[in-house]
Amino acid sequence: MQTMIEVQDLTKYYGPQLAVSRLDFQVAAGEIVGFLGPNGAGKTTTLKILAGFLAPSAGTARINGYDCVTDSLAVRRSLGYVPENVAIYPDLTVTQFLRFAARAKGVAAKAETGEVDRVVAACGLEEVRGKLVGALSKGFRQRLGLAQALINQPPLLIMDEPTIGLDPSQIVEIRQLIKNLEGAHTVMLSSHILPEVSQLCHRVIIINRGQIVASDTPENLSRQLGQGSRVLMTVAGPDDEVTAALAAISGVNRVLGQGEGNYLVEADHGVELRPQLARMVVERGWQLLELKSQEFTLEEVFINLVTEETTEDES
Amino acid sequence: MIQIRGWLAVVRKELTIYFSTPIFYITGFFFLLLAGYFFYTNVVYYSIISFQAAQQASNPQIAAQLNPLQMVFRPLFAVLGIILLFLVPFITMRLMAEEKRSGTAELLFTYPLTDWAVISGKFGAALLIYLILLAFTATYPLVLSLITRVDWGALGAGYLGLVLLGAACLSLGLFASSLTENQIVAGVVAFALLLLFWIIGWVQELGAGNLGKVFQYLSLLDHYENFTRGVIDTRDLVYCLSFIYFFLFLTKRQLESRRWRA
Repeated sequence: MQTMIEVQDLTKYYGPQLAVSRLDFQVAAGEIVGFLGPNGAGKTTTLKILAGFLAPSAGTARINGYDCVTDSLAVRRSLGYVPENVAIYPDLTVTQFLRFAARAKGVAAKAETGEVDRVVAACGLEEVRGKLVGALSKGFRQRLGLAQALINQPPLLIMDEPTIGLDPSQIVEIRQLIKNLEGAHTVMLSSHILPEVSQLCHRVIIINRGQIVASDTPENLSRQLGQGSRVLMTVAGPDDEVTAALAAISGVNRVLGQGEGNYLVEADHGVELRPQLARMVVERGWQLLELKSQEFTLEEVFINLVTEETTEDES
Repeated sequence: MIQIRGWLAVVRKELTIYFSTPIFYITGFFFLLLAGYFFYTNVVYYSIISFQAAQQASNPQIAAQLNPLQMVFRPLFAVLGIILLFLVPFITMRLMAEEKRSGTAELLFTYPLTDWAVISGKFGAALLIYLILLAFTATYPLVLSLITRVDWGALGAGYLGLVLLGAACLSLGLFASSLTENQIVAGVVAFALLLLFWIIGWVQELGAGNLGKVFQYLSLLDHYENFTRGVIDTRDLVYCLSFIYFFLFLTKRQLESRRWRA
């Protein structure tokens, strides 16, 4: 498969401060990749380098086969960029701005109107076409940010926190817009909202303190990095006895009582506890109301990874 | 080909912003108010002197000095030059600084536009704004030509000087705007540098020798004065054009350094 983004040893210093440290990753054409990390992890810096806005201090980044430093124009022609809190000229109307974007991106004069109409329709901006950008709500401004990135159908879209600062219904709309892009574009988006990434992305790259700490599909990450397996069960029986009995089963590492007969049982990775748990409950004469295995959420994986890094650094 | 379109895109965007914000209208209004005031007083003064000279008819030398170019337009050009020092920072201070402050630079510089297309586009738009203002002052000689003979050649040289001086000031203002995120700072820096380039030739009068000559050559005022006298000298043309190129070049360097330092 064709490689869309190829990053090698990418390093960026702001003065003496290291923002991104020897980043290595690749993104294949057609993928939707989430770039995940706490604030200040180096997500925005990396995306700005990819978009040609900043130059790296060391290492290389290639997009669509072009080098981000030496072939900056070719790189910028192959991508649409949605910056964080996308800032657009408040004194232009939506149509004026999109026309400017189309001209700046080299859309042929004849195709200009058609292209503007296309992105306006794709992003649901019809009702605000004539409005000044400065008068738009945050949700519409974010959609306009997406619309300008879509002009001239670039193969790659880079979005920095596309849903930040939006209300829940706007977030759903923007996510739907991004989902619609699947197939036609390669998308790289950054976020610190985990459910968003696990919903939208084929693959997640987790970055902390300028370094990649994990890169895989959301499902694999939850499976592999969730340390152990978990079973959630609901049992009708005396609380203390149930807890003690569960803890006594071999292979169980920890039992967390969650009230109202709910228990979370943790074991080592790959250990199947459910038959034993079910048998024990029945043998004791209690009632088993619910029994299901639960995967670690991406959120937990993420917190594990990020805190592990921090404690390692400190020790 | 694509960069000509890109350049035009930047020019049109900047013009749209100029026309949709009050800066253009307010600077234009006061520029024309001041220019009109000085033109009017010059004409009144000229007519009084002419009237007296005609009555006395005693001093042919004075009478020979009395023509609209000498009495009305040279003083007017001198004043317009000074007004430019104040006007230009207001036209240019927004150009780069506001892009950086508001964050729109992030989009602008991730579009496939060369730095030259952006810089010359912004410069071109500012120059066009200035030319529009200047075009209004062309009504003065037209009005005057109804009642007296106007030396259009010499006047044309003066206007050429005014256009070149304006362009030079705008290029410096654009550079000042690229230095900072703050429009006020950009305006102050532009004004101070313009003033410096205006008066730097005065050192010559202190008898500073060869160095003084260098300073005098660098002075905007000295080169501009030749134009207002109706003289088009290659040296003045070369000076103005290299001044413009130099500051546009510095602006480009300033933009490039942003990519590395940021």
